[in-house]
Amino acid sequence: MVEMDSVVAEPARTAVTAAEPASPAPETARGAVELRGLTKRYGEDTVVNAIAVSIAPGEFFSLLGPSGSGKTTSLMMVAGFVRPDGGTVLLDGEDIAALPPQKRGFGMVFQNYAIFPHLNVFENIAFPLRARHWAKDAIGERVTWALELVRLGRFADRDAHQLSGGQQQRVALARAIVYHPLVVLMDEPLGALDKNLRFEMQVEIKEIQQRLGMTVLYVTHDQEEAMSMSDRIAIMDHGRIHQVGSPGEVYERPANLFVGRFLGEANLIEGTVMGKADEVVRLRLPSGQELRALHRNSCGTGRGVLFIRPERVEIAPAGISGDPSANTLAGKVRRCSFLGNILRYAVDLDGLPPITVDLQNAAGVSPLPVGAPVILRWPVADSLILAGEA
Amino acid sequence: MAVFTTAPEPVSRHASSAPRDHTLLLMLPALVVLVFMFLVPLALFFVRSFTEFEGTIAEFIDQGRDLLLSQAYLTALGTTNWISLIVTVATLLIGYPIAYYLTTATGVGVTIVVLSIVLPYFTSVIVRTFSWMVLLGEHGLVNNVLLATGLVNEPLSLMYNRLGMLIGMSYVLLPYMVLTLYAAMRAIDPSLLRAASGLGASGFYTFRRVYFPLSLHGVLSGALIVYILSIGFFITPALMGGQHDIMIAMLIDRALEVAVDWPAAALMSLTLLVVTLTLYAVYYRVTDIRRLIGGR
Repeated sequence: MVEMDSVVAEPARTAVTAAEPASPAPETARGAVELRGLTKRYGEDTVVNAIAVSIAPGEFFSLLGPSGSGKTTSLMMVAGFVRPDGGTVLLDGEDIAALPPQKRGFGMVFQNYAIFPHLNVFENIAFPLRARHWAKDAIGERVTWALELVRLGRFADRDAHQLSGGQQQRVALARAIVYHPLVVLMDEPLGALDKNLRFEMQVEIKEIQQRLGMTVLYVTHDQEEAMSMSDRIAIMDHGRIHQVGSPGEVYERPANLFVGRFLGEANLIEGTVMGKADEVVRLRLPSGQELRALHRNSCGTGRGVLFIRPERVEIAPAGISGDPSANTLAGKVRRCSFLGNILRYAVDLDGLPPITVDLQNAAGVSPLPVGAPVILRWPVADSLILAGEA
Repeated sequence: MAVFTTAPEPVSRHASSAPRDHTLLLMLPALVVLVFMFLVPLALFFVRSFTEFEGTIAEFIDQGRDLLLSQAYLTALGTTNWISLIVTVATLLIGYPIAYYLTTATGVGVTIVVLSIVLPYFTSVIVRTFSWMVLLGEHGLVNNVLLATGLVNEPLSLMYNRLGMLIGMSYVLLPYMVLTLYAAMRAIDPSLLRAASGLGASGFYTFRRVYFPLSLHGVLSGALIVYILSIGFFITPALMGGQHDIMIAMLIDRALEVAVDWPAAALMSLTLLVVTLTLYAVYYRVTDIRRLIGGR
């Protein structure tokens, strides 16, 4: 990582001036993308339903959702491959909805990379420059820069089919950024890589994005990937955006049950909302016991669901006392799974579905035996009441 | 018979490189047919032709050389190759857009085009050739329309000359070109074209730098198939060509039917066969047969 700094920073400047001699230093940051009421229908099916998002210059923005949520279609409308049925796309305030893809000036990384099989690594990366009729010297200089940036300097002459998946990914990345686009669109770029490589590439993409200050619109179905890389995430389902926020926000403060469930393990405890005092709402369980939690949206009285992440729940053998202001539930250990860095308990409660509790596998932690009576505790402020039913 | 001897047999090169008992067994019927219906008669034809020759070996070589260096043969050789080349280029130019259309379009249009390409493919060459003769004759449909609309004052000679021969051959051979190109184009990953335009390439640039290069092996295969079939073509040139455009296959036919000179016919056939097999060897090198029949 460290050696990249010295390699990258300098040629980037010279290459820009070589290509665009008269380009003044941009005073105001450019690369703002706005999706305004973007809609796509296929027959009766509205696959993208009036989504609105405003992405700041230099922001890493992810569209996250399950397959069929409309995230890729949204990206394709931004890219210009899919014609919207409504709404528009603005780049730095300018409506680009009528432009064909090649006129939009985005960099793109595609699912499965779309490396040109008949071109070698150098020519693949040079493709966007040649398509823009750059001079030969400028192309050589810029491609070399991009190759160094993705650490493929030695691979310029390789054929596409001689590359591993990770290397193809780097070529695709280099090709997307080689002409210094203000905005790079990425469609599940890491989906085909194995887990370790994926993590490595997440770090690299993020570093390159920050170094070049480019805006990235990133599509993924992998919530960890979205959270680790993004400045903000839009969670999509059925063509709608459920919530937009920073990774912390959407994870800790989901707008609704879908978001809560989609972003990771979630405990959802159903009950009746009894009323609120300040920020805090009371939820009555079928057993008659009451729990308290913050409320996210204006849930009235009626059915409600308490949301609490497994890692926020403390588990202790019955009889051990703790913070009296916390929510508490008594139960019995049903199962304890060893997941390496965490121990995951399933705890049976009276008249409720089992609760999942994650415990850091820290020094001195020994698993509680199955059947042991336990007390679960969590701070009121760590849980939320969401409208709806689990 | 000689016309279609070079039609590609779907012999998998992998069957021979990795012999499995099942594969051999499955190939057996085809092999039997090929050997007894084609290779054996061909060999007998050559053997009998040459044994029928009355004279010494030296005389045979002399006469053979005279034949192969004769004006008639060399002219026919030149004509055959020139015509084959033109037909190859013509089918390529006509076939490429059709094949492209087939890979991209959907709906009724595709069905119509496919039918109009494939149906003739299954119709006898003679029938197709006669249909063209009906269209192109002095009082044929084309001339009638041209005369009626006043575009021409006298009927054009569209037949019994080189033009007629080219039209007929190009038509008959077009399906081979289209289907070969289609197979190659189908194998092109559409996401590559999308990638090209997403990265800033215009439609033409994408075609020139991505699509055409990726379809090139199909172009080569199609051109070789059409060329191979052209140089052995007989019926269409014989029926639609003029007096002066003698193709090698017609020369062979004359040697057999008119001169009853079997050794001469055999010698010319042999040279044609050698040329054809050489081209086929090239074809085999550039074409992955599995790709042609739809695999990727």
